[in-house]
Amino acid sequence: MSPDPVLTFTEKGIYCPAGDFYIDPWRPVDRALITHAHSDHARWGMGSYLATHDTLPVMRHRLGQITAEGVAYGEARQIGGAKVSFHPAGHVPGSAQIRVEVAGEVFVASGDYKVVNDGLSTPFEPIRCHHFITESTFGLPVFRWSDQNTVAAELNAWWAQCAAAGKTAFLGAYALGKAQRLMSMLDPNIGPILTHTAVENTNTVLRAQGIKLADTILADASLNPKDHPGALVIAPPSALGSAWAKKFGAQETGFASGWMALRGVRRRRAGDRGFVISDHADWQGLLWAIRKTEAENIYVTHGYTDIFTRYLNDSGWNAQVVPTQFEGENLDAEEPA
Amino acid sequence: MKRFARLFETIDQSTKTTAKVAALTEYFSDADPVDKLWTVALFSGRRPKRAVTTTRLREWAAEVSGIPLWLFEDSYAIVGDLAETIALTLPLNESQKDQTLSYWINALRALSQVTDEVKKTFVLDAWTTLGGTERFLFNKLITGGFRVGVSQKLMTRALSNATGKPEAELAHRLMGNWHPDDTTWHSLIEAEDASTDASRPYPFYLAHPLEDGPTMLGDPQDWRAEWKWDGIRGQLILRDGAHFVWSRGEELMTDRFPELARAIDHFPPGTVLDGELLVWHPDADKPANFNALQTRIGRKKVPKKLLAEAPVVIHAYDLLEWQGNDIRNLPFSERRALLESACAGLPATAPVKLSPQHTFDTWDTLGDLRATARAEHTEGLMIKRADSPYLSGRKKGDWWKWKLDPLTIDAVMIYAQAGSGRRANLFTDFTFAVWNGNDLVPFTKAYSGLTDAEFRKITAWVRKNTLQRFGPVRQVTPYHVFEIAFEGIQASSRHKSGVALRFPRMKRWRADKPLQEANTLDDLNEMLRIYG
Repeated sequence: MSPDPVLTFTEKGIYCPAGDFYIDPWRPVDRALITHAHSDHARWGMGSYLATHDTLPVMRHRLGQITAEGVAYGEARQIGGAKVSFHPAGHVPGSAQIRVEVAGEVFVASGDYKVVNDGLSTPFEPIRCHHFITESTFGLPVFRWSDQNTVAAELNAWWAQCAAAGKTAFLGAYALGKAQRLMSMLDPNIGPILTHTAVENTNTVLRAQGIKLADTILADASLNPKDHPGALVIAPPSALGSAWAKKFGAQETGFASGWMALRGVRRRRAGDRGFVISDHADWQGLLWAIRKTEAENIYVTHGYTDIFTRYLNDSGWNAQVVPTQFEGENLDAEEPA
Repeated sequence: MKRFARLFETIDQSTKTTAKVAALTEYFSDADPVDKLWTVALFSGRRPKRAVTTTRLREWAAEVSGIPLWLFEDSYAIVGDLAETIALTLPLNESQKDQTLSYWINALRALSQVTDEVKKTFVLDAWTTLGGTERFLFNKLITGGFRVGVSQKLMTRALSNATGKPEAELAHRLMGNWHPDDTTWHSLIEAEDASTDASRPYPFYLAHPLEDGPTMLGDPQDWRAEWKWDGIRGQLILRDGAHFVWSRGEELMTDRFPELARAIDHFPPGTVLDGELLVWHPDADKPANFNALQTRIGRKKVPKKLLAEAPVVIHAYDLLEWQGNDIRNLPFSERRALLESACAGLPATAPVKLSPQHTFDTWDTLGDLRATARAEHTEGLMIKRADSPYLSGRKKGDWWKWKLDPLTIDAVMIYAQAGSGRRANLFTDFTFAVWNGNDLVPFTKAYSGLTDAEFRKITAWVRKNTLQRFGPVRQVTPYHVFEIAFEGIQASSRHKSGVALRFPRMKRWRADKPLQEANTLDDLNEMLRIYG
């Protein structure tokens, strides 16, 4: 009888029999290892949580009373028969790839990742392994991200144009990760940065754990928009065009997402402007990361899984699709993931 | 091409009409005249002759990008636009030079006579020098189909702003058969005496749907009613001893409907009729259904057998030009009187028939008539104000379409597929089934009818409730019931269910309806018996 594989893909999530734990499970289990705090990876109802020190505060903020423990990047833990460590995934602050080793065989579950340095998250580090579990949200050759400074220039030019025209610039973005990354790209000389409550709550948590963020002003019900001419407002996509947003009078809306690379999606969803910026790897980024792991076996969890897997197999890897409930960058999420 | 690219980006990025018109007005005021002429041509669906096949473009793009062809094709299926897929997949451009729009168009046209190798060298070189939007637009010049969200109406408004000429006149100038090769910016737009092209049609007037019934229209005395025919809207032009047939999409269809040539025998030169093309057998008392017409659509050369099986006539309901004079400003009742006298005494074999008007005293009488529309193979009624001029475009107020309510059936969603282009990351293409005993039998697909918010909701649900994948298609748990609306039903041996629907779409998401209460195959067959 062959021994159990190090990680298996079950109804509840990615499972490690040797350590009796799950990685980012989507149903309640006793012990969960969490790659990052987005809601499709860090779900409610687990007996205990293990995540990086930088992931814990936001996770606690979102999930309330949980039994959770923090771990540093690179710190090795023995859980049952498995040796476990967390390594930077570059996706959002605190995000990790989880390395699991049993009897010399190494799996890496990467959660969501990007390979460029966003100046905010600890940059992605490739981890050598035999088996690599990857996403493929943007796993098509049409996705190629411009460098962050180029997008920042577009973003600031648009903001300055709005400000000059006496309009408030609204930018739709996820509350965790994307919002703070955009804040770091904005030029504070143009005007004040206002934030929706959902974004500011996350900002508060991140600042409290020592992450340095640009100055922001909470745009709650008590704020008078007239006091902040030339402002840019960062809000979850669902808040764009709401009664709250209408209070700001003349405005333009922009949307920041990797999906904005596609003209069709941009026209359907972008409002006035789309900015191509993503916390997921683009096509070349995915392939670079996979090559760097030196893994032979690739498990593709979410995104353009069929196409990406076929390409990997054609190119000499041993790749397969594994169904999960991760959502990647979900432009149409009703709630910020 | 940078100037044109900037115009395109402004229009493409904005959802605001005023911003689009302002950008166009500025462009029409200061861009190069030849570029302006081409811009008007491109935005109204005219394009240079295709010099390179799309098959070659795909092969070259995959080769230059260093990816297998299947991967390029799969990406194209998701992006939904070949020009865009190529522009995104190719490596970044290495250098830049700026040439005018017309330079690129002329260079592409010069390619029609050369070998594939020479074409390839040229295209690859262009891909290396053009970046971003310019590269996309260059590809569009080859593949055609600029859909930029600029209606003819907005373009005419901007042209009017830039030239000071009235919109209606410009709309007419832009109709018909012109091509940038045969005209100039000056003679098309500016010259006092617009060149008289015998084939030039008038802009069509389009009706608005009457959602809440006709009582809001006021006194029935002021209105005229006709059937709303289920055919192809067309304009028949008889001038200088020749005839021309135009579709509403401004496509010249003269050769597709050779039987209409005989209209010359029955009307004087300088006659333009607006009407509906229908398949109507000489001895029949109503038109054949739309399926018969479908056999003629898209057939550029019509075999004799088909001409006999599916003879086409135009049902005329308006007269736009009479004895060489544009009479669009006369009241409808007067144009109609002229049309009736012009059609008086037409033999039964003539390819033109007068579309009859219905007399009615009250809206209720008209409502009773509308209820019989399906049996007459029509889509409902047209209601037109008696004293209205023939306007252009979809202007609200004078012409109304009072369509029949569609047929509907409650069905279960069983397969879902992601859309492409605008809807690339949403599940939008669904297959629906009805009950046959304990089995669900698929009978139709539908793509439209839900709001964006509903598509987002169902997309999230599909992701979590996929039972099996067949390539891009996902089999989902039978759970959601939708009300499917459609315009007609036909027997079909090609479908498992034995029926084919006309224009199916999702009318409502019946979240209130349990799975078991969806309709059955027997219900569908009963509809086929009554309406098929």
